[in-house]
Amino acid sequence: MVAIVDYGVGNLFSLRSSFAAIGRQAQVTGDAETLAKADRLVLPGVGAFGDAAAALRQSGLDKAVLAHAEAGKPLLGICLGMQLLLEKSFEYGEHKGLGLIPGAVRPIRDVIPAGLKVPHIGWNALELTGAGRACGLFKNTREGERVYFVHSYWADSPEAFVLARAEYGAPLTAAVGRDNVLGVQFHPEKSGSVGLAILRAFCETEAAR
Amino acid sequence: MIAKRIIPCLDVKNGRVVKGVNFQGLADVNDPVELAAYYSSCGADELVFYDITASAEGRALFTDVLTRVAATVFIPLTVGGGINTVEDFDRVLKCGADKVSVNSGAIRDPGLIAAAARRYGDQCVVLSVDAKRVDGRYHVFARGGREDTGLDAVDWVRRGVADGAGEIVLNSIDTDGVKQGFDLEMLAAVCDAVDVPVIASGGAGCVRDFVTLFKTLPKVDAGLAASIFHFGEVPIPELKRALDAEGIPVRLI
Repeated sequence: MVAIVDYGVGNLFSLRSSFAAIGRQAQVTGDAETLAKADRLVLPGVGAFGDAAAALRQSGLDKAVLAHAEAGKPLLGICLGMQLLLEKSFEYGEHKGLGLIPGAVRPIRDVIPAGLKVPHIGWNALELTGAGRACGLFKNTREGERVYFVHSYWADSPEAFVLARAEYGAPLTAAVGRDNVLGVQFHPEKSGSVGLAILRAFCETEAAR
Repeated sequence: MIAKRIIPCLDVKNGRVVKGVNFQGLADVNDPVELAAYYSSCGADELVFYDITASAEGRALFTDVLTRVAATVFIPLTVGGGINTVEDFDRVLKCGADKVSVNSGAIRDPGLIAAAARRYGDQCVVLSVDAKRVDGRYHVFARGGREDTGLDAVDWVRRGVADGAGEIVLNSIDTDGVKQGFDLEMLAAVCDAVDVPVIASGGAGCVRDFVTLFKTLPKVDAGLAASIFHFGEVPIPELKRALDAEGIPVRLI
């Protein structure tokens, strides 16, 4: 079973629908026991990092996510949910993340030329890294396929954990991964057939041993 | 680099798409769900649904339609029409909209953009402006282009962005429906004033008009149109190929 972690942040309708579209019933739940039974977990998120991290901790579901990752079961963070996987974020202050993937979340503004607009919003091309090409999450994805981004902060993670990038005046991290813990900055549930293919691949990734 | 977006706009009244659509092969050309799926499969990068219903029953039908579209079409959806309060944002976002477009509502309530941006984020708030030349200036028109507000369009978008609008749709009343090309002059004035994405609307008649738009104004992010897409005058796959051939970044599917 795929479970989508509902910690009161954002609207999960499209995400749940996109799993239904690939023939997977995803359960949207904030119940720790149900989450514990899930084979695969999706951690969504919109809004500001600090608020979302606080909401996740207050709900106590951070522990469920960490336990799931610890058990080696596949976890996919999406957008802010991906950023939460990192150690910390510098969005309006400094906030602690889940620390499942090394790195920090930083303002895009600091790394791109002045003329470019923030947020980085729209359809951008995926550039897979060696690790990305080797990762099951992108087994259905071709180099250069476009996916839909909306973000003002980016995940600055060591090379070994970067699965894909998108060029926007700077190579912005588009996906991260460490064994069974995966994250995408873009919205697969809003990226047409390319996005659905990535969700399908996630549903077929294997648990870490 | 990010792709230029092509956005069809669908007017919905009482749960049905109005302003005739002329496609072969669609069983029901007025069904928003079927049309949305069709456009998505053609390579539309985003869809705008404009609710032109006045009644409460019509509004309920609209949210029902939106829910069904969002359950089957997985590209960004923007909703406009009848957005006057933060509660209206809430109503359509819950049904699967990704962005909400405000027009007259923001003119009536100058605090609306800021309140919505605080609650849902800048990326969620689109300021849609109908503008027309009056005495050598661009005036903002309200109520579907019927009422001259006297507001200067450049000042208005600047203020909207300062309040938190994450995107501007500029519809030129002067070129709308004329099919002789986008209003490049008016668009240039708005692009120079703000640093958020600007979506051009009004005036496109053929593929070439989009090429000219993106070549002349690199700061324009997207082109929006309605009838030329609905009537197949500009097929989206052909449009995308033409833009790609001109070296303009687009999403090809």
